[in-house]
Amino acid sequence: MIQHVTDPVLEVHDLTVSYQRKPVLWDVDLTVPKQALVGVIGPNGAGKSTLIKAIMGLLPLNSGYVELFGKPLDEVREKVSYVPQRESVDWDFPASALDVAMMGTYGSLGLFRRPGAKQRQLAMEALEKVGMQDFAHRQISQLSGGQQQRVFLSRALAQDADLYLMDEPFAGVDIATETAIIELLRQMRETGKTVVVVHHDLQSAQDYFDWIILLNMRLVASGPTDETLTPALLEKTYGGRLTELSRVSELLHKKNFPIRETKPPRK
Amino acid sequence: MNLDAFWIILTGALVAICCSLLGCFLILRRMAMVGDAISHAVLPGIVLAFLFSGSREVWTMLLGAALLGVACTFLIEFFHKKANVPADASIGVTFTWLFALGIILISVYAGQVDLDQDCVLYGEIAYVPLDIWITPSGLNLGPRTVWIIGGVLVVLLLFIGLFYKQLYLTSFDPAFAAAIGISTTLWYYLLMGAVSLTTVAAFESVGAILVVALMVGPPATAYLLTDDLKKMLLISAGLGTLASAGGFYLALWLNGSVAGAISVVIGLQFLLVFVFSPSHGLVSRRRKPALSAQG
Amino acid sequence: MSTLWDFLSMSDANVRYVTIGSVLLAASSAVVGCFTVLRKRALVGDAVAHAVLPGVCLAFMLTGEKNPLILLLGSFLTGWLSLVVIDVITAKSRIKEDTAIGLVLSVFFGIGILLLTSIQHSGNENQSGLDKFLFGSAAALVGQDLITFGAVAVLLLLSVLLLYKEFKLLSFDLAYARTIGLPVRGLELLLTTLTVLAVVVGIQSVGVVLMSAMLITPAAAARFWTDRLGIMIVLAAVMSAFCGVAGAFVSFTAPAMPTGPWIVMLLSLLAIFSFILAPKKGLLARYLLQRRLRRQMTRENILKTLFHLGEEKGAYEGSYSRAQILERRQQPLLRMKNALHTLRRQGLVKESPSGWALTPTGKKEAQRIVRLHRLWELYLTQYLQVASDHVHEDAESIEHVLTPELEKRLEELLDFPTADPHHSSIPQQP
Repeated sequence: MIQHVTDPVLEVHDLTVSYQRKPVLWDVDLTVPKQALVGVIGPNGAGKSTLIKAIMGLLPLNSGYVELFGKPLDEVREKVSYVPQRESVDWDFPASALDVAMMGTYGSLGLFRRPGAKQRQLAMEALEKVGMQDFAHRQISQLSGGQQQRVFLSRALAQDADLYLMDEPFAGVDIATETAIIELLRQMRETGKTVVVVHHDLQSAQDYFDWIILLNMRLVASGPTDETLTPALLEKTYGGRLTELSRVSELLHKKNFPIRETKPPRK
Repeated sequence: MNLDAFWIILTGALVAICCSLLGCFLILRRMAMVGDAISHAVLPGIVLAFLFSGSREVWTMLLGAALLGVACTFLIEFFHKKANVPADASIGVTFTWLFALGIILISVYAGQVDLDQDCVLYGEIAYVPLDIWITPSGLNLGPRTVWIIGGVLVVLLLFIGLFYKQLYLTSFDPAFAAAIGISTTLWYYLLMGAVSLTTVAAFESVGAILVVALMVGPPATAYLLTDDLKKMLLISAGLGTLASAGGFYLALWLNGSVAGAISVVIGLQFLLVFVFSPSHGLVSRRRKPALSAQG
Repeated sequence: MSTLWDFLSMSDANVRYVTIGSVLLAASSAVVGCFTVLRKRALVGDAVAHAVLPGVCLAFMLTGEKNPLILLLGSFLTGWLSLVVIDVITAKSRIKEDTAIGLVLSVFFGIGILLLTSIQHSGNENQSGLDKFLFGSAAALVGQDLITFGAVAVLLLLSVLLLYKEFKLLSFDLAYARTIGLPVRGLELLLTTLTVLAVVVGIQSVGVVLMSAMLITPAAAARFWTDRLGIMIVLAAVMSAFCGVAGAFVSFTAPAMPTGPWIVMLLSLLAIFSFILAPKKGLLARYLLQRRLRRQMTRENILKTLFHLGEEKGAYEGSYSRAQILERRQQPLLRMKNALHTLRRQGLVKESPSGWALTPTGKKEAQRIVRLHRLWELYLTQYLQVASDHVHEDAESIEHVLTPELEKRLEELLDFPTADPHHSSIPQQP
C-alpha cells in the first residue's frame, strides 16, 4: 500500500542508504502531501532515523534522490527544519533555553551577522509557543527531559519553516509534554505546515497522525492513516525482518562491496 | 615589579588568553586530547621551518607549523575513518610519531636549529625579555614574542568574534548545524587551524605540554563556574592571566621553570573550584543532591 | 658495517645488557598496551606516563640519591594517583573524560617540570641524569638499574601469562565477566597496576613524553595482522622488542641521538606500514579487493550485455563489435578492452574478425547473472512492493553479490518463477 500524491511537499525517490556500508534502507520511494501530520513508524533498527537523516542530507545516499517542495535540499533549506534526537547532544553544554531557541535563527543570518534583538524576539515567541517562556534563562541541563524536548521544538519553530522533520520527539517525555506537543503540531498543521515525526508507539499513532509511513528496512506502506494502520500491514512491518535483505546487507558489508560498478551520475 | 618580570607575565598572560579561549571550544567538543596531539605535532613543522628559512623568520614558521598541526588532525581522522584504527589509538599513534620526528630532526640538525629538547617541552619564557625588537630607526618596541602572540590574539579575537555563532552551533549540535547548511567539516578544520596557530606561537615560551595545561585547565575550571559560554570564555581568560602571574612568582620562589609553575597554579585553581564551586563543586553538590538527580 | 657487527656480536658486556634491557622493557609495555588499546583506554596511559615525572623528582628530593627502587616506587605512586584523580574528576563533576585526562596529564607534568628544574638549579651534583626520564636512554641502563627494571618487566610478563584468559574476557565483555563470577574489580585493579608498572618501566627506554607510543603503537599495529588476541600480543611484543633493540643500536653508534624518539619513530613507521599494507585489513588490501570486485562486475556486465544482445535475436552464438556492446552499455573503452581480454583468457568469450561472442561456458555464466538479476527484481517487487520500473538499478549491483545459497532461497520464496516483473523470462539453471 504505497500511495503517491501529486505536488508533494516531500518526495523520496528510490532511496537506498547504507550506513557504513550496511544498507539499512532499500529502495524507499514515497511522497508526502502538504499540510499533514506524518508518522514514521516501525520497529527498532528499521531505519526510521536513517530516513530522516538521509532526507536532511546528513548521510551519504547510495542511490536515489530527495526533493523538497520540488527542489533539492540546498535550494530550500530555510523552509525545512530538523529536530534531532534529544540524546544526540550534550545537555551539560553551557547554554540557556533561549540560546538554544535562538540557534533556529542562525540559518537566516548568513556568514557574518550576529543574532540581535529581532532574533531574540523570535526565539522568545517560539519558547512561548511551547510554554517554556518562564525557563528562558535556565541552563539546559537543569531542565527535565520533557522540557528539553520542548526547547528543541522551540528551536525548530524559531526557524519558521514549512516542513518539519522530527526524530523521536516523544521519546522519554511525560504525558503532559506529549499532549502539549501534539496539540502544537496540530496547530502547525492548521497553519499549513507539514510535520514528519518519527514515532514508536502504535497505540497513539492512530490518533496523532493523518498520514503514516510504515518502515522496516524497506518501505512497507505510505498513505492515509486508516488505510495503512491495518493488521495485515502492521504484521508485515513488525513480523520479523526479511532475512534475505539482512543476508545481502551482511554480504555487502563484509566484502566491502562497491555498490556500483562506477559512481552513478547524479540523478 | 621590574620590567623583565612585566614582560614575562605579559607573555604568559597573552598565551594563556589565546589558549583558554580556544580550549573552551575544544573541551566542549570533547576534543581536549586532539588539542594535546596538535601541540606535540607542530614540532617537526617548527624545526623544518627553521631549516628552510634559515632563521627565525616568524611568518614562515607560524605558517609551516600551523599547516602541520592541521595535517595532524587530518591524519588522525584518516587513520580512524579510512584505516579503521580506534579513535584514541589513532590520536596516540599520530602525535607521538610526529613529536618523535621533531626531536630527531632537532638532534640531527643540532648545529643549525637553535632549539633544545628541554625547551620543546617546557619552553623558555624566562628568556622572552632578551629578544628585543628594535626598529631600524633604533626604537625599542619590547620583546618580539609579545608582538607575535599579541598578533595571534588579535586574529583569534576576530575569528571568535565574527564566527561565534558557527563555532557555538557546530560544537553543541553538529547535526542541526549541518541541517541548516553550516558545514561542520569546514568549522572543524578552521578551529583546528586556530589551535595549531596558537600552539606554534606559544611553543617557544611555554612548550608543548604546558600549552595543553593552558588549553584544558582554565576552560575546565570555568566550566564548573558558569552555564553561559560567553562567561566561560571570559572567566577562563581571566583565570589563565591570574595563573601566569601566580606561576611567575611561584617559579621565582622555587627557582624552577616558569611554565611548570604556571601549570601548577592552574591545577590549584581547578582543585579549589572543583571542591568549592557554588554551582558545580563537590561541596554544593553534596548539599543539594536532589537537584542534580532531577536533571 | 663493523659497528653493526660489533653490536650484534654482543662481545661488549655493556651492549649485551642494553639489548636485553631494551627487549624486556619494550616487550612488557607492548603486552600491557594491547589490553589498554582493546579496552579503549589508550590515552589514559599517556596521562600515567606524564604523571610519573613528579614521582621521580619527589623520590629524589626525599632521598637525595638515584636508587632505582626508590625512584620506581615514587613514580609508581604518582602514576597511580593520576588515575585516581582522573576517575574522581569524571565521577564527581560534569567534566568529561578527555578533559580530565588532558588536565591531569599537563598539571602533573607541570609539577614534575617545576620540581625537576628546581632540583637542577639547586646545585645537587647527584641530580645529573634525572632529565633522562624526559626522553629516555636505554643505552645508559647498567648494573642495578637494569636488574631492577628487568625484574619488574619479567614479573609483568608472567602475570599477563598467568591471567591471560581472565584479562581477555575482561577486555572483551566486562558484563559477562561479572556474571560468571570473576572478581572483576580486583582484576581491573590488577590490570591498571600492571599498566602503571609497564609505564614506569617503559619510560627507561623512551621517556615520559613518548611513553604512550610504547603502549598504543605496537598494539594498534599488531591488530591489523590478526584477529586473535594471543597472536596480537606476541606480535606487538616482537615488533616492540625489535624497535627497542634498533633504538638502542642507534644510540650505541651515535650517542648524541636520543634513544626514545628513534624507538618511537621506528615503531610508528612499522604501524603506518601495517595500516597500509597489512593483508586483509590494510588500506591497500581493501583497495585492491574493491578494485578486483569492480573489475569482476565489469566483466559480468559485459557477459550480460552479450547475453541480452543474443536474447533479442534468439541466438546466442553471434559476434558483436565493441561499438555494439558500448551502445548497450556505456563504459570507458580501456576498461572494456581489459575486461574482454580477461574474459577471453578465462574462456568465456571468443574473438573473431566480426567481433566478440560468448563461448558455451560464457553463455552459462551470463545466464547465471541474468537469472540473479531478474530473481532480485522479482523479489523487490513482490516482497518490498517496489514499483517494477524502479527495481533495475538495485538489481544491477545485487546480482554480483548473491551466493548460490541465497539464489536457492530466493527461488523457493518466489515459487520457482519463470518471468521477471518486465515479463522477460528468467533463464533456468543450466
